[in-house]
Amino acid sequence: MENNSPETPPRIDRRQALKWLGAAAAALTLSDQLKLFGASAKKLKLVSMADPRSPTNAKLIGTDPLLNHNYTPGELWPLTLTNKQRIAAAALIDLILPPEPGDKLPSALGVQDFVDEWISSPYEETNKDRPIILVGLDWLDAEAQKRFHKDFVAITEAQKCQIADDICGKTAVKKEFKNQQNFFSRFRYLAASGYYTTPQGWKDIGYVGNVPSVDFAGPTPEALKHLGLA
Amino acid sequence: MAIITEKDLQPTYDVIVVGSGAGGGQSAYTLTMNGVKVLMLEAGRNYDPVTETPMFQTHAQMPLRGMSTKEKPFGFVDATVDGGWNVPGEPYTQASDNPDERFMWWRPRMLGGRTNHWGRISLRNGPYDFKPHSRDGLGVDWPIGYDDVAPYYDKVEMLIGVYGSNEGLENTPDSPNGTLLPPPKARAGELYVKKHIAKFGMPVIPIHRAILSTRQDHLNFPARLHPNNPKAQKIIAKAMQERAACFWATDCGRGCAIKANYQSTTVHLPPALATGNLDILCNAHAREVTVDAAGKANGVIYIDKATGQERAVKARAVVLAASSAESSRILLNSKSSRYPQGLANTSGEVGKNIMDTVGTGLGGHMPAFEGLPVHNEEGAGTHVYIPWWLYKDASKLGFARGYHIEFGTGRRMPSLGAGGASPGYGKSYKEEVRRTYGAGIGFSGRGEMIPNKDSFCDIDPVVKDKFGIPVLRFHWKWSEHETRQAAHMEATFAMIIEAMGGKCNKPETDGNKAIEPPGSIIHEVGGTIMGADRKTSVTNQWNQCWDVPNLLVNDGGPFCSNADKNPTLTIMALAWRASDHLIEEMRKGNI
Repeated sequence: MENNSPETPPRIDRRQALKWLGAAAAALTLSDQLKLFGASAKKLKLVSMADPRSPTNAKLIGTDPLLNHNYTPGELWPLTLTNKQRIAAAALIDLILPPEPGDKLPSALGVQDFVDEWISSPYEETNKDRPIILVGLDWLDAEAQKRFHKDFVAITEAQKCQIADDICGKTAVKKEFKNQQNFFSRFRYLAASGYYTTPQGWKDIGYVGNVPSVDFAGPTPEALKHLGLA
Repeated sequence: MAIITEKDLQPTYDVIVVGSGAGGGQSAYTLTMNGVKVLMLEAGRNYDPVTETPMFQTHAQMPLRGMSTKEKPFGFVDATVDGGWNVPGEPYTQASDNPDERFMWWRPRMLGGRTNHWGRISLRNGPYDFKPHSRDGLGVDWPIGYDDVAPYYDKVEMLIGVYGSNEGLENTPDSPNGTLLPPPKARAGELYVKKHIAKFGMPVIPIHRAILSTRQDHLNFPARLHPNNPKAQKIIAKAMQERAACFWATDCGRGCAIKANYQSTTVHLPPALATGNLDILCNAHAREVTVDAAGKANGVIYIDKATGQERAVKARAVVLAASSAESSRILLNSKSSRYPQGLANTSGEVGKNIMDTVGTGLGGHMPAFEGLPVHNEEGAGTHVYIPWWLYKDASKLGFARGYHIEFGTGRRMPSLGAGGASPGYGKSYKEEVRRTYGAGIGFSGRGEMIPNKDSFCDIDPVVKDKFGIPVLRFHWKWSEHETRQAAHMEATFAMIIEAMGGKCNKPETDGNKAIEPPGSIIHEVGGTIMGADRKTSVTNQWNQCWDVPNLLVNDGGPFCSNADKNPTLTIMALAWRASDHLIEEMRKGNI
């Protein structure tokens, strides 16, 4: 049981680690990323994109999958995002879910790989998000280029906010950004789902369960007091 | 004897048990503990919770964070194997295109059946629940009363391990002292509900669930379970010691590798196998019960799923426990020149009187729960519930029967959708997520459906499954007793949430819209109801088919009513009682 403790991250083999290189890169600075990929910003833009209109036809999970196993994105379905899209996704995730002091960037936890797994999987409910997310991520870079002549990852926090504020829906969204509003909403749903299901996300949101104990202690005196039950 | 392959089948057995869930598991347990040689046929694959249960996988370690899919309707780590409302290659049909008249039939295909994933809620039927027709003129009385079943409730509770308390409430029976295990503490939000709904006369009490809050009393329970049977006492004492107490983490629907909750595969089958009297053959899909020249059951024809071939096995008696609808199907498909309308069906009642549970739910947001000091609120799923509280008002409600309320609060393991509906992004978004997380509340009603002539199953005249076996066709109609009850549930939940200062989602006032689809609660019972009159029932009070006394139905089929109390505990109690009677009849030479 100790080997399966919820605190132990899934074991990643070398092949898996290579697949994840792009993901890890997203947490680095832009110049680091360029070195890692041996590419210029121009070349990165040329990376071909999966056709967002065609749904994935990957194999379904089936009715009797192996349950007692730690899965990682990419294990069941080939992932979809290009490096450029993954970098944009990571940057947007970090904008939506900025880490608390001492915490890691959510992109360093691989939240973008969950988003990628989601849009790469062969289910009706996930396939609906596939074009929304793929087109949205491309739009994000294109919009950053249009406004600031750089990809989304490379612009300043304030510049990122300027784009995000236009589409996040907190204030009235202009008609021209309605599709992007939908993208942002779905992306935020996935980012939050991916993040708050990690051990860091648990701590962040205030979840302290799933800890084996001899007795269920029940509510603390402070909690009872808070509810006027003490 | 053990989990076997076909080549190890014995030429004949004392009893063939079809199905390995609550009814089949209990039947095999009771029979083998008393020296009866049993063959159990299971349509699904062998399944071992000890090695297969994903006890500690977090959502981040599951595909798609554990999302529900059509293949795994209760999420990735739900214990169900090869099952759901749709089993590939094994269709069922509907007589109507109207969605309200279509029955969703849940089937697993695994050893232990539905007991591997169920909610473990183990409520006794009360005295009223056995005599509903006498009380309000509707439905059907059982030929037995609470006192007939009570000793078996006691035994099943001791055997499987049930936490709960005795509250002395109307039609909510207490258990003898020392039978129940201590209930877990109520959560903060549950205590809050209790405080605020007392004024409505609604009690909030510990629920009964088949989970070991402490280890079982392996020194005293065995003698109470099996008096004058030292071998059985020794086996069950050992089996009890192999079960650990709950450690209050991970959800029970995944199954339990430490055997802290009841599933047939960890509680009934290991001691039954230890007697040396049980053979289990998996991937053996029962097709029909065979009869001899005298019209007595003498075996079962099944499909060996590995080869698709039909095989026959023989026994002195047959126990069907394949799920109530599947047992009806087997009987209806067991046609012969003697029984052209199916076996045990001279009454024409096989497949009639099928019931599910009335269900609906409503959620809301509780500002009072915001900012609750962080502590572990996980526990073991449901800890408390609200039993039906309006027995005195039945005539004023517009519907005849009652419901109980299950509800959930607290900071539980975040999963898909953990960000909620919070707007924006960045620091303010995260603060909003934190503020609302754990401040939700959700209520579910579980109520009694009255059997009616429009809700039944028969054999589809055309459609066959992949084995060539004719399939079931369902017919369904709710009556106003069910739909009005569902509307009452919605209004009650809204009243509770508002009384606590909460903001509730919009309650559905139209009961037809509020009520969850037939079959969705997975409390399928009826179809082979018991009775005192062989003209209007399929079995007698001992689950014995009137027409074929060496053929028993030990699943939910013999239920004459479907009280708000979840059916599994009663299925087990009746299966134990019927198996005791079968043993006695075999000893006497009557079977």
